[in-house]
Amino acid sequence: MKKHLLSMHDVSAPDVVRILDTAESFREVGTRVIKKVPALRGRTVVNLFYENSTRTRISFELAAKRLSADVINFTTSGSSVAKGESLKDTALTLQAMGADAVVIRHSSSGSPHQLTKWIRGSVLNAGDGTHEHPTQALLDLYTMREKLGRLDGIRVAIVGDVLHSRVARSLSFGLVKMGADVTLVGPPTLIPPEATAWGVQVSYDLDGVLPKLDVCYVLRVQTERQRLEYFPSVREYARLFGLSRSRVAMLPEGALVMHPGPMNRGVEIDSDVADLPNAVIEEQVTNGIAIRMSLLYLLLGGAGGEAA
Amino acid sequence: MSEHTALRFAGARVVDPSTGRDEVVDVLVDGGRIVAVGDGSAPAGVEVLDCDGLVLAPGLVDLHVHLREPGFDHKETIETGTRAAALGGFTAVAPMANTDPVTDHAAVVHEVRDLAARAGLADVFPVGAISKGQLGESLAELGDMAAAGVRLFSDDGHCVPTARMLRNALTYARAFDGVVIAEHCEDVSLADGGQMHEGYHSDSLGLRGQPAEAEEVIVARDLAMARSTGGRIHLCHLSAARSVELVRRAKAEGIRVSAEVTPHHLAFTDDDLVTYDTNFKVNPPLRGHEDRDALRAGVADGTIDVVATDHAPHAVEEKEAEFDRAPPGTIGLETALAVILTELVEPGLLPLGRAIEAMSTLPARILGATDHGGPIEPGRPANLLVFDPRATWTVEPPFASRSRNSAFLGRTLTGRVVHTVLHGALVVADGKATR
Repeated sequence: MKKHLLSMHDVSAPDVVRILDTAESFREVGTRVIKKVPALRGRTVVNLFYENSTRTRISFELAAKRLSADVINFTTSGSSVAKGESLKDTALTLQAMGADAVVIRHSSSGSPHQLTKWIRGSVLNAGDGTHEHPTQALLDLYTMREKLGRLDGIRVAIVGDVLHSRVARSLSFGLVKMGADVTLVGPPTLIPPEATAWGVQVSYDLDGVLPKLDVCYVLRVQTERQRLEYFPSVREYARLFGLSRSRVAMLPEGALVMHPGPMNRGVEIDSDVADLPNAVIEEQVTNGIAIRMSLLYLLLGGAGGEAA
Repeated sequence: MSEHTALRFAGARVVDPSTGRDEVVDVLVDGGRIVAVGDGSAPAGVEVLDCDGLVLAPGLVDLHVHLREPGFDHKETIETGTRAAALGGFTAVAPMANTDPVTDHAAVVHEVRDLAARAGLADVFPVGAISKGQLGESLAELGDMAAAGVRLFSDDGHCVPTARMLRNALTYARAFDGVVIAEHCEDVSLADGGQMHEGYHSDSLGLRGQPAEAEEVIVARDLAMARSTGGRIHLCHLSAARSVELVRRAKAEGIRVSAEVTPHHLAFTDDDLVTYDTNFKVNPPLRGHEDRDALRAGVADGTIDVVATDHAPHAVEEKEAEFDRAPPGTIGLETALAVILTELVEPGLLPLGRAIEAMSTLPARILGATDHGGPIEPGRPANLLVFDPRATWTVEPPFASRSRNSAFLGRTLTGRVVHTVLHGALVVADGKATR
């Protein structure tokens, strides 16, 4: 394993297997009455969040705490960041405080890469701009492997605003690495023009793709006004690319519906679809804690002890 | 170093594209001028500089720099910028008008020139703005500035926003002899917010792309305006293969156009952005391999007349920021010659004479800088450069420039400036600035 997790390109296929296997052993910890192991006792993990993301921050915080690490949450509101401190100065401050790992969420693509120039500890990318969100991809891979029994050869569609989605990038890179068959589906204006170079296929016809899938992965669609230069209306988007109840019926038996959250019910996914048994959206959240425990443990080299 | 010391440059290979001279011959300088080329009799007290193995050429001329003063002297001043120029072998530079206040009237032109004269490190030819405040709304006082000696007008940093405004500028400028309108070609609706070239890397890095067409459509627009008005247009820092092709066809058609390219666009591609190093964030962006190859071919065949640095200093704290917040630009004056020698001349893509022509003879002609760019002949002002074409060095701070945002940091380059002579005086001697 490399020292940092900035992108899914930083992990090899055997690394992914190791991360998922380690998460497997950590998931059991979450079922105990005392949900804690001493693996990272005395180590310091900083959550540096420049963007609001309650669910990702809490997931990392719980993961670090269950490994007995000291956790510091450094968020934009109420910190010197709001006073205009630069990323570099913040990084140097964290470095001076002895952070062993920094988990960063930032609206600017590449910020985690830049952080590695100033931080001696490990840097974990918790989502940067429209670049990547590798821990989300890993928890998704975990969930798929658990439900389907394998990753090699599974057929996955990633549906929606791929152009602006860090989840779609990380998941595409991760699935291709593990031998899955990936199709990006969405309006042509929201598919990166050079995406096929990632080793994926592209389709603009969701109905044609659905009957061949093992996983239909639905992306959140931004509905702010500036998105409307890419598609004419939310109504038209939902009609062409929304995962409706009738579309779910086109999926083969046992196929999964996944979503990275938070959902726009009624836009990219029908309200009742998210609550169907083959929708594993809540399990994604649960698995997120185990994956982040696994990553912190592997990147920080544990405390010389066993995994669990 | 007194200006009145006579200097004999002994044994240099003299390369002067303006006359086609390329031979080993002595050059004698006295009283600010070249007094002999060849074996003249040396006056008493002449200082002999051994130039065995070195190249002597007309001092370089940079059509496109940002010296930041007035207004942004935390990035660069005219003194630090012209010192960087001298160390890079430049004897004349044309600073762009995006200062504060904008160089859109004669007073700023005089101020910039006065500051440069005080520093005495390079001749400075201020570029005037095309529009007042570079806002693209109304024409700046081109006539006043032309009377103050301005030859090149540009809103660089911004594209002239409408075809109508450009058409009027090209037409109006015809009243002033030799005046050139220089365009920063960027269609804002396509480029706006773009952090890098649109392509595989922008898709993968999650950085908003700026497509090559953002440049191409403005090149096409401007060439149409130059044709219809008969005006004289210069296209700054071309980056895309199709732009080069448009210029090639326009020249064949007789349109009055010249074009420039930067050393960094000739050296790098968007491959170099994968670590999010903000020193590679430039505007226009570094593009693909096909684009770079087309730019190299364009310089070689003369479609692109000029190599210009677009020297764009930014303070450390400005560049050490998130990629989408860092300002675009790289410094270039201290590395330009070595980059061209290393990337183009050494590999045999460009003859040395053509390199000097693109960095001295032609930019001097476009700028109307008659004291610069050769010919190296008796009686001519002594604005000269001596460099070692074989010396290798690694680009690293300190720089003479006040900023150090160089895309070439850490690169090992071949070719080093030894002496720079400005009006007969050594402003750089043995690689060190004397002022």
